[in-house]
Amino acid sequence: MAGRGLRLATIAILAFLYVPIGLIVLYAFNADRIQTWPIRHFSTTWFSAALDNPGVREAFGLSLQVGLAATLIALVLGSLAAFAVHRFAFFGRDLVSFMVVLPIALPGIVTGMALNATINASGIGFSTFTIVLGHATFCIVVVYNNVVARLRRTSRSIEEASMDLGADTFQTFRYITFPVIRTAILAGALLAFALSFDEIIVTTFTAGVQETIPIWIFNHIRLPNQQPIVNVVAVVLILLSAVPVYLAQRLTSEPAG
Amino acid sequence: MHYRSLIATTAAVGLLVAACSNAGTAGTPASAPPASTAPGGSASASAAPTSNLPTSIGKGEGELNIIVWPGYAEDGSNVKEYDWVHPFEAANPDCKVNVKPANTSDEMVTLMRQGGGTVYDGVSASGDATNRLIANGDVAEINPALIPDWQDIAPFLQSPAHNTVNGKHYGVSHGWGGNSLMYRTDLVKPAPTSWNVVFDPTASKPYQGKITAYDSPIYIADAALYLMAHQPDLAITDPYELTQPQFDAAVAVLKAQRPWVAKYWSLYTDEITNFTNGATVVGTTWPYQVNTLKAAGVKADAVVPSEGMTGWADSWMMSARAKHPNCMYKWMGWMVTPQVQAQVAEYFGEAPANPKACAILDKTYGSYGVKDFCTLYHVNDTSFYGAIKFWKTPLQDCGDARGQTCVDYSKWSQAWTEIKG
Amino acid sequence: MTTVHEGDPGRRRRLLAALYRHRSTQLLLLLSPPVGWFGVVYLGSLTVLLVSAFWYLNPATSAVVREFSLTNFQQLLSSTADRTIVLRTVTVAVAVTVADIVLAFPIAMCMARVASPRTKSILFMLVLLPLWSNYLVRVFAWKLLLSQNGPLDALLSTIGLHSPGFSDFSTWLVFTYLWLPYMILPIHAGLERIPRSVLEASADLGARSGMTFRRVVLPLVVPALAAGSIFTFSLTLGDYITPSLVSNSQFLGNVIYDSQGVANNVPFAAAFAIVPIGIMGIYLLLARRVGAFEAL
Repeated sequence: MAGRGLRLATIAILAFLYVPIGLIVLYAFNADRIQTWPIRHFSTTWFSAALDNPGVREAFGLSLQVGLAATLIALVLGSLAAFAVHRFAFFGRDLVSFMVVLPIALPGIVTGMALNATINASGIGFSTFTIVLGHATFCIVVVYNNVVARLRRTSRSIEEASMDLGADTFQTFRYITFPVIRTAILAGALLAFALSFDEIIVTTFTAGVQETIPIWIFNHIRLPNQQPIVNVVAVVLILLSAVPVYLAQRLTSEPAG
Repeated sequence: MHYRSLIATTAAVGLLVAACSNAGTAGTPASAPPASTAPGGSASASAAPTSNLPTSIGKGEGELNIIVWPGYAEDGSNVKEYDWVHPFEAANPDCKVNVKPANTSDEMVTLMRQGGGTVYDGVSASGDATNRLIANGDVAEINPALIPDWQDIAPFLQSPAHNTVNGKHYGVSHGWGGNSLMYRTDLVKPAPTSWNVVFDPTASKPYQGKITAYDSPIYIADAALYLMAHQPDLAITDPYELTQPQFDAAVAVLKAQRPWVAKYWSLYTDEITNFTNGATVVGTTWPYQVNTLKAAGVKADAVVPSEGMTGWADSWMMSARAKHPNCMYKWMGWMVTPQVQAQVAEYFGEAPANPKACAILDKTYGSYGVKDFCTLYHVNDTSFYGAIKFWKTPLQDCGDARGQTCVDYSKWSQAWTEIKG
Repeated sequence: MTTVHEGDPGRRRRLLAALYRHRSTQLLLLLSPPVGWFGVVYLGSLTVLLVSAFWYLNPATSAVVREFSLTNFQQLLSSTADRTIVLRTVTVAVAVTVADIVLAFPIAMCMARVASPRTKSILFMLVLLPLWSNYLVRVFAWKLLLSQNGPLDALLSTIGLHSPGFSDFSTWLVFTYLWLPYMILPIHAGLERIPRSVLEASADLGARSGMTFRRVVLPLVVPALAAGSIFTFSLTLGDYITPSLVSNSQFLGNVIYDSQGVANNVPFAAAFAIVPIGIMGIYLLLARRVGAFEAL
């Protein structure tokens, strides 16, 4: 009974989520430049136009670069913080959890403006480096949370047993600890990458002339003649990400029990 | 994964990122007090010493980063025939053009000051941005001798007050136009002839809830212009130099207008879409939107109302700390050549600064084929040009007998927030 | 079987063993990179911003005057429009949070309790996929949906209504849509954490599903709700893009953005930014009480 109602509700909510997406896909085939309803002529010219567009390809490449770099930094720093907070009781432990959440809890415009003011003041040029700086900062918390949650569920006795049997810290980490937190790290990395890939507000404040995909879209969606190409780019993004997201979810899902 | 290899990978990625970046110093940012505008800001009018003026243009530095009004740096991706970026890059292979579009003059000022003025090399600034940039030392003095078509620029645009201060040139005039009144010819009858259709409670009645207005504090000047004609007892002489009572009256007009406005526009797409689907039927516009709507078959047209109109005169300016000054000079020279002026003028719908473009424009050109362009756009008409109230930065200094009693731009911005609510 | 590495293993093992004993050194090594990063990059930048809130703009040149002054705060407090804007933003943020919780619950319950593992993976993918289709494009899709004579308008006019068009209602609708996946994920995680035995015990004691839900599930899932609400609240509080696209009114983010971008008045923007920082700070403290940080 409840199951059926639940299923209906789920389908309705999924429909809510996907009607705008469906519209985007539809309008990727709109022959007119101006986006109005209903569509009068259909065309596939925008797909080739988007593929030929060097700006899109460069933006895509930059987004990938930034995402990978930010995710890696977040992985390292987030895991380190997670281990510190989980394993040790120290003065200011709660403060660390609080601090790590701040970049994602405070509105992006605040983070963006703060970084912008500092970058302006310090004389470092706005570049890919500054974009990564901003992204890594708010990506740390997603890795941190995932790893901490997993660590809470593991018992320390296995590690202690490993050490009793003669393994040193590195070996214990490599053979015992890491396999346990591996999927948590993967889940955190995926979410971090997704956050970085779609981020627009902080990026606007930390980029110079560089264009990540969101910035490219931001610059082009204002131009009436470029809207169809932007729709095409969005459709391609969805298609490209469907399989990795599904696979990642399968890989990181908790085993039952 | 081995712990060591994790560290190694991170280090490698860090090196990769650093190598890919153009950062001068890869150190952590110092916690020095911020300079959110270019250093050395002073109120003096001329900032660049003449001895620094270059006498020749050297080799291009590799790339050019410019801030532009959308439509000023076309590369054919919007409409195939309108492309003046690729020919420029073909003629100057050492100047690859990177374009940053901006929606308002204020955005342009902020972007120009980014990184102490080193991120962008130049900007297509309107008169309300130019004087601020000059006063703050953000833009460099230009040597007209290095611009080949300088003498062909219309005489009244060679040294206009908005880009020439104390005889020093800080910009190259690009073009100008007015903020006319656009309306749906099938939905607004009879055709409007006055701004009262958007400002007056009675005249606007049929269209209340479907009006549009420009989303920038500078729009207060449009209300002041309207009051110049309709409330002469306020004695407004210049819509940008308003004493407090005059300013308050203009703000009152806009606050009254607020409930009638369906959407304030700053994106061209907004105004174009809204006029196409009928969400807005009358309001201020730029020629670009009129051209686009007409080309798409929408029944829209624009008029110059009886009270006159505000407008914009744009100049190309170079950052005082530009990283690629040679490329910027080349670009500025390129933008005032007749063939490029003709393309921009027709695509955007503005009067070109170089009247030699008229010969090219008066033949059908591209997909917007307009005949008699120069008569239509009053390219050589100094009295028409003189009648437009071009954007300029409202300053405390009224510039006349009233002294320092005028309302400055920061108050305009605050008032704009209050108006929009 | 662990293997012992060749090549002077003795020194390395002794070093690691010493490290193992000196826990404070371990802690230092673990903590210094992330804390160092945060201290310099994030907290340092925030301080720089907040310090500039006490500076002001010279009206003549639009240049920042680095002298201590409270003009920005005076301006903030005296402005009725700013107060209205803050109230409007907070109201919409609360409305968005509530709407997202209501919408997220059914699908999260389905994913956590009802669906088979394979269905769950598919549902997960379906929930996450919109996040990959780019925020701006989704907002523009909504612009189209809500436009005059657009799809929604056409649909609603059959029953005599009209699309909300450019309004705060539209903003609420779009925000609810945009942040929904961010609410579904923590609630799903929270529901998964409830052991099956607890629900079964409740049923054994005679509670029907409604009562089980109210008395057992809901209290257990509150931390997850709080965690998700941190996202929806903070994202709504600072967003300036969506209100400028689908409404005609200003939100908190718009004022901050326009101050620094339009008027180049970074000091005022910084002063105004203290408002959302303050609101989120209080919200975070309350959320932490409820245990949200464990449920993120």
